[in-house]
Amino acid sequence: MTELRAGRTGEPLGIARDEARSQRPRYLDVLIGLAAFGVLAVLPLFFGSKALLDFVIRCSAFGLFATSLNLLVGYTGMISFGHGMFFGLGAYGFGLIMQRTGVPVPVAFVATLVITTIIATVIGAICVRLKEIYFAFVTLAFQMLIHSTILSWASLTGGDQGLRGGIPRPVFLGIDLSNHVHLYVTSCALLVIGLLLMRQIAQSPFGYTLRMIRDNANRASFIGIDVWRARLTIFVLAALFASTGGIVMALFVSGAYPEFAYWTISGEGIFINMLGGVTTFLGPMVGTVLLLILNDTVTRLTEYYGIVLGIVILFFAIGLRKGLMDFVVEWYGQRRDGAGERG
Amino acid sequence: MDLDALTGCLASPACLVTQTTSGFIIGMLLFLVAVGLTLIFGVLKVVNFSHGAFYMFGAYFAMTAYQLSGSFALAVFCGAAGTALLGLIFERVFMSRVYGADVLMQLLVCYAFVLIFDDVVRMVWGPEFRSMGMPAAFQVAPLFIAGGVVPPYYLLLIGVALVAAVILGLGLARTRLGKVIRAAAHNPGMVSALGINTGLIYGGVFALGGMLAGLGGALAAPVRSLTPGMGFSVLIESFIVTVIGGMGSILGALIGALLIGMIRSFGSLGFPLFTEGLMYLFMVIVLVIRPTGLFGKEVV
Repeated sequence: MTELRAGRTGEPLGIARDEARSQRPRYLDVLIGLAAFGVLAVLPLFFGSKALLDFVIRCSAFGLFATSLNLLVGYTGMISFGHGMFFGLGAYGFGLIMQRTGVPVPVAFVATLVITTIIATVIGAICVRLKEIYFAFVTLAFQMLIHSTILSWASLTGGDQGLRGGIPRPVFLGIDLSNHVHLYVTSCALLVIGLLLMRQIAQSPFGYTLRMIRDNANRASFIGIDVWRARLTIFVLAALFASTGGIVMALFVSGAYPEFAYWTISGEGIFINMLGGVTTFLGPMVGTVLLLILNDTVTRLTEYYGIVLGIVILFFAIGLRKGLMDFVVEWYGQRRDGAGERG
Repeated sequence: MDLDALTGCLASPACLVTQTTSGFIIGMLLFLVAVGLTLIFGVLKVVNFSHGAFYMFGAYFAMTAYQLSGSFALAVFCGAAGTALLGLIFERVFMSRVYGADVLMQLLVCYAFVLIFDDVVRMVWGPEFRSMGMPAAFQVAPLFIAGGVVPPYYLLLIGVALVAAVILGLGLARTRLGKVIRAAAHNPGMVSALGINTGLIYGGVFALGGMLAGLGGALAAPVRSLTPGMGFSVLIESFIVTVIGGMGSILGALIGALLIGMIRSFGSLGFPLFTEGLMYLFMVIVLVIRPTGLFGKEVV
């Protein structure tokens, strides 16, 4: 697949760079995933701090969301400004199913994903044929459409108050999600499984088809790839992972709020991707951790959160011109390959 | 949903006039913001995500100038001139650095300024709702047209916006400067090779766009409440307007703005809770039928 990268040296984000190096055997990804899960799972034994566990749970929710957005932005070149709608959809879908029907948690989980698949397919079918900026706007419009539906359908969704009264969590398979540690371990498991699956998608032949579409959609369609179908498929897949993130969030706050479906969630997702970098698979994960730390410290220090965050964004966008992981990878590559040569 | 109210209104001339007027002023304010957005996109190929902030600053500048001087004309002038200057600085210092970069970078720089500007307003003018109050000259009895209430200020607002639309349209089509701007939109490299300073043109167009949004904000100040987040909903609506009308088309912005104004005005009767949803729905429908908007040219 190396010939795909020819002629891409002028790419401003340098997206293609990590790809040649990432031909590690698959089981290595699984091993790394298992090791990460192991470390996270024993964490509560050593640190009893609830704040730390909360932080990791939030990281899981946003990490799933941001990484799935990167499948669109970084791998396929589709800048979605409405990806947050699936985050909100996951939170509301799961919350509502649990509140209204009282089915076991796994059933509600699967049902939410089925609903997300249906809605994402309909929305995606309309959006994915549009180009760059129009795609961004139409996804944004759908996001706002869902947001206003949530606000106005108060009898179902609780309107601007959100889903209140808590989400019931009956015990299943010995897992009690109202127990904080159980919830923590489940979130970590969902995160690791989600990341592994997304990694699998990104490294599969389908993942390389997506990169080709990003680089030159015309060429891809000339060699017989159905671009529309590939874009729609990844749009729906990304929506599923975003929805899973929303489910984790709904479990964490035991409810769902209209802000989960507001455009700012999508804006933050884009920003997380930028912060961490879109050229590496784990970039968005790094970005998530950075943003949440930044968020927590800055809101504690000042009420003018926007100014600080804005300046940090400017630093990355104008100063560094790339995300942190991109920067690290490039620096590492330069050091390894000798000065001046790109990794 | 309250379809009876909607059909009832459509049957009564008084209500029809009132709602149409209110649709017009919503539309005209939107037009002033959206036309700047569409102009900046048409010439600079940049989507100014922070455009709502100029509207917000226009309103706040006008309020302060009005409170200090008591003159409404001066207030409107300050709102427009202040945002023009702000637009020039913003373009020259920040946006000009990300031309040619990824769309993502441009969006991010603008996103950063949305956050910064909102907080600056919060610092300077406070987080609470402010209101400028109707200028004394317009505190007169409303006109009655066919039984419908039309405040005189609304007529001024509609008049100013229409004049701005005509000047802008004719200026771009007929004057030498307009031709240069259109040429720069088409082929900046060639324009620059002919000895014209394209940086100046870009800065000027951004300032003009900022000024129009500021003018909209200043004119809206007497009839809207001022809050630090006020730019954002206007921004989203102007996006809808430009997308419906077609990016880069001034006529499209006017038609799109009026359509959205009417949808908001009449939709609030029939679907009080889903008015915003109606706009998004309308945008989706337009885009599905004509992806480039009603008056847009093909996207390259």
